[in-house]
Amino acid sequence: MPEVRSPILELQSITKSFGGVEALRGVDFALRPGEIHGLVGENGAGKSTLMKIIAGVHSEFSGRFLVDGQQMHFRSARDAHAAGIAMVHQELSVAPDLTVAENVFLGNQPTNAFGLVQWRRMAREAGEQLARFGIDVDPMARLGDLPIGLQQLIEIARVLFSGARIVILDEPTSALSPPEVERLFATLRRLREEGTAIVFISHFIEDILHVSDTVTVFRNGRKVAETASAATSKGALIEAMIGRGGEALEHSYTDDLMLPQPSASSVILKVDQLSLSRSLKDVSFEARAGEVLGIYGFMGCGQQELSRILFGKLKPDSGTLFVEGVPKTFASTAAARRAGVALVPESRRDMLFHQEPVYKNISISILDRISALLLKPAQERDIAKRQVEQLQIRPPVVGLDLGMLSGGNQQKVALAKWLTYPPKLLVLCEPTRGMDVGAKNDVINIVRDLRTKGLAIIVLSTEPETVLSLADRILVLKRGALVREFRNEPVSKDRLLEAA
Amino acid sequence: MSSETASATAQRARGLAPFLRSQMRNIAPFLTLICLFTFFAFASPSFATLDNLGNILTQVSITGIIAVGLTFVILCAEIDLSIAAIANVTGIAVAYFTLQESYVNIANVPLPGAVAILLSILLCALLGLVNALGLTVIGIPSFIMTLAMMQIAAGISALLVRGQIAYKVPSLITTLGSGSIGGIPWLVIIAALMLLGGHLVLTYTRFGRYVYMVGGNREAAEYSGLNVKLILGAVMVISAVCSGIGGMLGVAHFGSAQQNEFDTYLLDSIAAVVVGGTSLFGGRGGIGNTIVGLFVLGVLNNGLDHVNIDSFLKILIRGLILLAALVINVYAQRMREKAAE
Repeated sequence: MPEVRSPILELQSITKSFGGVEALRGVDFALRPGEIHGLVGENGAGKSTLMKIIAGVHSEFSGRFLVDGQQMHFRSARDAHAAGIAMVHQELSVAPDLTVAENVFLGNQPTNAFGLVQWRRMAREAGEQLARFGIDVDPMARLGDLPIGLQQLIEIARVLFSGARIVILDEPTSALSPPEVERLFATLRRLREEGTAIVFISHFIEDILHVSDTVTVFRNGRKVAETASAATSKGALIEAMIGRGGEALEHSYTDDLMLPQPSASSVILKVDQLSLSRSLKDVSFEARAGEVLGIYGFMGCGQQELSRILFGKLKPDSGTLFVEGVPKTFASTAAARRAGVALVPESRRDMLFHQEPVYKNISISILDRISALLLKPAQERDIAKRQVEQLQIRPPVVGLDLGMLSGGNQQKVALAKWLTYPPKLLVLCEPTRGMDVGAKNDVINIVRDLRTKGLAIIVLSTEPETVLSLADRILVLKRGALVREFRNEPVSKDRLLEAA
Repeated sequence: MSSETASATAQRARGLAPFLRSQMRNIAPFLTLICLFTFFAFASPSFATLDNLGNILTQVSITGIIAVGLTFVILCAEIDLSIAAIANVTGIAVAYFTLQESYVNIANVPLPGAVAILLSILLCALLGLVNALGLTVIGIPSFIMTLAMMQIAAGISALLVRGQIAYKVPSLITTLGSGSIGGIPWLVIIAALMLLGGHLVLTYTRFGRYVYMVGGNREAAEYSGLNVKLILGAVMVISAVCSGIGGMLGVAHFGSAQQNEFDTYLLDSIAAVVVGGTSLFGGRGGIGNTIVGLFVLGVLNNGLDHVNIDSFLKILIRGLILLAALVINVYAQRMREKAAE
C-alpha cells in the first residue's frame, strides 16, 4: 500500500438521473495519486455513469466535483482531458484504417518545422512506447488488420502514455488473453509507482483483487462498500454487489468438470474443410440439435471470422456448410437467416439500433413472419413485451429507446430478437462478456433453456468460464485450426488454456 | 409520424425539455416555415392571398414528386445526384415516343400514348437499376455512382433531342401536367398523392421500417438478417422512377422537352428533403419533413419574387438558407444523441 496522500480527485454527493431514473444517488468518491482503485457492481449499478461524469462525458449532474481540491465543472471530454483525465471506454474506439503509429499519436503527431508529419520519428516512437508495454507490432501496419485484443491493448497503451494523471479503464481485460492481461497489469503497476491514479472497472473480480489497492462496490446507484483489496475476498465483494449470498453463483471452474455423453440427435450444421485466407485452416465440425458446442480460443484465433461465415457475412475461400444435410452458400445474412441460422455478435453496437425503441429492435428479424406488407405494431409490442418479461429486461418498457438501457439489458435484447421464432442454429459470440454475475446467470439459463428446446447452439468465446459454463462439447481453435476436442471427459480452465 | 409516437411518449414522461430537444429536427424546419411566411405576409400584400398559395403549391409540385423518392434514398444515408438528369431524360423520352408537329426536327419514334409512357417509365427504372447495381453489387459509393449516372442520363437526353425542342407528349401526360380539375391543378393532386403514398409506405409497411433500420445502423440491419443490398437497390430504383414521373409531368407543365430543363431541380429536391429535417446520416425524418421542406423552399422562392429583390441576390439567399438548414440538421442530430444519453 502506498502512503496516504491527499486526493487528486474528490466527488461529493453526486446524483445523476436519466429522465426519471436515478442512476447515481449521493455518491462520494475519492481517488489518490499512486492508487489503483477497483470498481465493481452489477450492470446498471452506476459505475460507468460515475466514470463518464469524471471523464466529462456527462456534464449535467448535481454534487461537488473537486480536482486537486479545486471545484471543477467539465463541459466535455476535452475539458477533462485538459485537466489530465483520460478514459478507455468499454467499446473499442480506434481508427482501424490508420496505422498503429497514427493511432498511438492520434491528435498529436510529431511534425517538423513545416508542419509536416515526421513519419519515421512517429513510427519509431510508437514502436518504443508499445515495446514498453510488451507489444511487438509493426508500427506502420494498418490497425484494423490486427486482432481485436491487440487493438484494445494499443488503445489502452495510447491512453496510458498520454501523460494523463488520472486514467479510467472500463472493462479493459474482457478482450484480452491471460498473458496480455498480465502485461497490462505490469504496466498499471509501473504507472502507479510514477504517481498516476488509476480507476479500474471490471467484472473479473479476481483481476480487481489482483491489481487494485482499494475496491469500491456499487449497487443500484449507491456506493455500498469501500475497502482495501487486501482486506476483502471475492465472496464478500459478490455479496456486497448483489446483496445476497452469492458464492454459489460464480463457479470458478478451476476443478475438473465432466462433459456429458455426446449427443446422438440429428446434425443441424456440418462444416467441412472451411478455410479463409490467414484466418481459418481446414475447419471441420458438426453441431447437433439440443447440444451446446463451445468453441474456445484466444483473441484472434479465427472465432470471429468463423461466426461471420456461418451467418453469411463473410464468404470462405473454400469449404462447405451443410444445414440439415443440404449444402449452402449464403449470399447474404438474409439467406442465412432464412436457412434458420442466427448470430449474436460480440459487439452490441453492431447489432442493435440505439436510437430506436426496444420493441423495434426485437421485432426487426421476425418482421417478415408477422407482416407481409403492412406493419402490425400492436403485435410487435406484444411479442416484445413477452420477451422483455421472459428475459427480465429492465426497465420493462418496450417503447423506450434502446440507448437508455444498460449494457447487460442491451445484450438480452440482442438475444431476444432471435427467440420469438427460435432458429435451428444459434451462434453466440461472447454471450456474457462485460456482464455482471446476475445477468450472466440469466443468459446461461436462457441458453440452457433453448438447448432443451432442441436448438443447436454454438458458443464462441475467449473466456474459458463462458465456454465451460455452457458447453456440452468443446472445440479449441488455435491460429485458425481446430487443435483439440473435449467430449465426454473431464475439462477445466487449466486444460483449456493448455490446449489453446 | 405514428412510428415515432411510441418513443415520443416514453420521452415525454421524462420531462418537456429533453422531449423538445429530441424533436428539434421536426420543430426547427416548421419554425423556419412560419417565420418566412410571416415575414413575406407583412412584406408584400400580394403574398398571403389564396391565389398565390395556389401558385406556391403548383411551383413545388414537381420538386415534391422528385423529393418523394429522394427521401427514401437519404433515409438510407445514401444520396442520388442523378434525379434531375433522370427526370430530364424521361421527359424527353416520352416526347420522343410521341408524334411531334412537322416543324420539329427530331428523328423520333411515334408510338401510342400508353406505350410511350410505359417505355419512359421503364427507361427511368432501368437507369435507377444501374444506379442500384453500381451501388450494391460493384460497391461504388452512391455519391460517385449517381454523379456518373447524371452524365449518362444527360448524354441520352442529348442524343434523343440533338439540341432541338419537342413539344408534344401523350394526352394523359398533358392533362396531368398542365390540366386541372375543379380549379385544382392535376399536378398538385399527383404530387400530394405521391407524397401521401411515400408516407404510407415509410410509416406503415415492412419495407418502410427496413428503410429506417438500414439508415439507422446498416451493420445492425445486416446482423439482423435483412437483405441490406436489396433495400438499398430498391430505394435507388424508387428514386429514379419518382424522378421520371416528375420529369414527364414537368415537360407537360413547361410545354416543351429540351436539354438541361430540370437542372435546378437537383439542388431544390435535395434542399427540400434536408431543410425539412431528414437526417443526412440516415434513419431519421420522413415525408412529413420533406413536405415542410418543400413549403420552406416554395415560400422562399415565391416570396422573394413578391418583395422585389435583386433577382441575382435571390440565388445567394437561397444558398444561405440551405446552409443554415444543413447546420440545423447536423445540430439536431447532435442534440438528439445527447437527449438519448
